[in-house]
Amino acid sequence: MTHYCRIDHVDKSFKRGNTETLVLKDITLEVEKGEYVSIIGHSGCGKSTLLNIVAGLTPATNGGVILEGREVNEPGPDRAVVFQNHSLLPWLTVYDNVRLAVDKVFGQTKSRAERDAWTLHNLNLVQMTHAKDKRPSEISGGMKQRVGIARALAMEPKVLLLDEPFGALDALTRAHLQDTVMGLHQKLGNTVMMITHDVDEAVLLSDRIVMMTNGPEAQIGEILSVPLMRPRKRLELVADAAFLKCRQRVLEFLYERHQYVEAA
Amino acid sequence: MNMPVAKSEISASIPSAPTAPAAAKVLALPLKQTAMNTRMRATLGKFAAAVLPPLIMVLLLMVVWQVLCMRPGATLPAPTKIWIEARDLIVNPFFVNGPQDIGLGWRVLISLQRVAMGYGLAAVIGIALGTLIGQSVWAMRGLDPIFQVLRTISPLAWLPISLAAFRDSQPSAIFVIFITSIWPIIINTAVGIRNIPQDYRNVAAVLRLNPFEFFTKIMIPSAAPYIFTGLRIGIGLSWLAIVAAEMLTGGVGIGFFIWDAWNSSRLPDIFVALAYIGIIGFVLDRIVAGIASVVTRGTAAN
Repeated sequence: MTHYCRIDHVDKSFKRGNTETLVLKDITLEVEKGEYVSIIGHSGCGKSTLLNIVAGLTPATNGGVILEGREVNEPGPDRAVVFQNHSLLPWLTVYDNVRLAVDKVFGQTKSRAERDAWTLHNLNLVQMTHAKDKRPSEISGGMKQRVGIARALAMEPKVLLLDEPFGALDALTRAHLQDTVMGLHQKLGNTVMMITHDVDEAVLLSDRIVMMTNGPEAQIGEILSVPLMRPRKRLELVADAAFLKCRQRVLEFLYERHQYVEAA
Repeated sequence: MNMPVAKSEISASIPSAPTAPAAAKVLALPLKQTAMNTRMRATLGKFAAAVLPPLIMVLLLMVVWQVLCMRPGATLPAPTKIWIEARDLIVNPFFVNGPQDIGLGWRVLISLQRVAMGYGLAAVIGIALGTLIGQSVWAMRGLDPIFQVLRTISPLAWLPISLAAFRDSQPSAIFVIFITSIWPIIINTAVGIRNIPQDYRNVAAVLRLNPFEFFTKIMIPSAAPYIFTGLRIGIGLSWLAIVAAEMLTGGVGIGFFIWDAWNSSRLPDIFVALAYIGIIGFVLDRIVAGIASVVTRGTAAN
């Protein structure tokens, strides 16, 4: 049986001098097309490392990642990343930041006018057309992250990788942006892998939640399917029994069975 | 500067609208004038605040200098004596009375020409070498110690070697400028390249930028503030070096003029030349700083 994306027996160890620490141990995870999967765990458990391995930014020590039947081991636009700190280029305008990605990915296949239209279309998806001529330093943190999402979407990735995309935002902006991402997932049907440490966010957005044990030698502790219908409404879910049950399961995992240990 | 203009026009036109036409005319005119006046006064005030204090200090220093050098046995000329004896040099920078009797403006231009060549070469090669040692660990390990030793050598110590190599004063002077100004450019560029945030490298990796695209779209803009710091130090050093180099190589530059004036005991001329050198050096620094602030607009802030 073939899966859309498969993380296959991945180990990752870091070497410092003579000591070698195994950070991730035997991670195997399948993600289906159109699925929204969150990876949650305490800080230091290696969840960002796992995302970087899928992105190809960090090589796996053992094992590999297979996407649509082909192994991927270097970064590419088919696995676009939305970075935690947005990573927009400060010397380019909002439009040019997205356009750089569009030009690089569709330089051969789309005409100049089509690339311009595609850039504007993606800015429009995240409601950022109004600020297209501004530089990143002139817009708010939430807006920067929207542009980061537009840049990633514009690459038409097979898998969209979100690395704690809302981590640096205040609660209200975060909720607003979560709704935007939910809407986009509904509309475009992207396959998404998201790193998060926010339980509510994971339950609200995901089809499945991958819970990781504490590092070193972090493993997948449990995978929880979220049986909530889409489209999901934040306010309706607050009192929803299934939502609360999922939330409780994740909280139990994180705070009872795999409590955060201060670095020994 | 556009904002105050717009504001004053609005404030002038608002009262004129609701009142009767005849009254409006009478009212609008003085209103507009006062708006203009306050604006002019603000600009003038700013100008005065920037220019008056240094001007007063210069006058004060001149007076002290005058008092100190008016005594009978004074070794240096007083400002009044400089004005009397070197007046042609001060009032007309661009006269030509003969092959060796030309205005200081011409001499400065000749020196600037040498600086432009030596410094231009240093900028291009310095940025290229800086990029190399910023990007490659092995290039850094191999070259950095050599650069660190070479950069401590006084510019003038290179002069005999370059004279021996080029057998002509013009390329030798240019080489001295080059070798003086290249080190800060190399070192600052390398630091800038090494400090490119990992985030930008990740973006480049995900987009699969090729090395050329990475160089033009990520490296240069990201390192620009550092590169311009190096360029600014470099232009200052090369202006320092050209005067010294010309004193030794001769020709018609501003450096040689000072040496020539010393040999023929024309002290007042030397003072005028020093003023020229200082002002040109200041202008050069401002030009590079100005270019830097335009080019690196938005790069530092994030």
